[in-house]
Amino acid sequence: MAEDSKDVIKQPAANPTGTERTRNRRVFVPRVDIYETADTIVLVADMPGVDETGVDITLEKNVLNIVGEVKATEEKEYSLSYAEYDAGDYERAFTISDEVDRDRIEATVKNGVLRVVLPKAEAVKARKIAIKAA
Amino acid sequence: MYGPVLWRFGRAMDPWPEIQRLQQEMNRIFASAAQPYGHEFPAINAWAGENGMVVTAELPGADPEKLDISVVGDSLTISGYREADALKPGESYHRQERSCGRFTRTIQLPFHVDAAHVEATYERGILHVVLPRSEAEKPKKIAIKS
Repeated sequence: MAEDSKDVIKQPAANPTGTERTRNRRVFVPRVDIYETADTIVLVADMPGVDETGVDITLEKNVLNIVGEVKATEEKEYSLSYAEYDAGDYERAFTISDEVDRDRIEATVKNGVLRVVLPKAEAVKARKIAIKAA
Repeated sequence: MYGPVLWRFGRAMDPWPEIQRLQQEMNRIFASAAQPYGHEFPAINAWAGENGMVVTAELPGADPEKLDISVVGDSLTISGYREADALKPGESYHRQERSCGRFTRTIQLPFHVDAAHVEATYERGILHVVLPRSEAEKPKKIAIKS
């Protein structure tokens, strides 16, 4: 058990009311950390089973949408006898403010963890105001 | 001027909506109690086969160098460390949902494992351990003498 214990069960993602997904597959909400540094906002998402080819990040207006597609794996000569997790895709959307420089967003995937770096736009970076002597 | 009015005055109550509400409430409670999944980290799936088992675990962001897998007799222990990004002073979290820190989990298997031939791979945040059954425990065919 991790020291900082949180619910480890993956939460299924909600569909917009009255719609269904075309693919008959489970979709989960990835757990996400978001932190802010002086120049960037960093988003870290747990997406086990996803590699760099399966991630789709779109930014439309001010909605950042993250989709992670998991490749189905199957054990040959073995049958599932005990299960605590389901494999499925990941989807989550965030609204972001205008202060992000949209052209320089970078994303990497390593060991099933997606990391999106959203650089802050020059105009909104905090500036230190020098006080002139009167 | 009958049912609804009486109900509103509280003299006679239609029990049906109340029973339905209670039923829904009970269903909700039992549905969450009977959750099929454990709460331990990492979550595992186990696959059984003729020659042994395959255990997979969702372990996003674990350092494969620091991942420790050991087999003793019929138990498999997975332990490791999930590191959180170190924040410098002045940096702050907007939200923190991922768990971090040290984790250990031991699973008891239905057979003794041939420890020398255990194979583990870690890809895309999923740990995959192949656990062959020890030679001594494999089923043996008994020949019938005439």
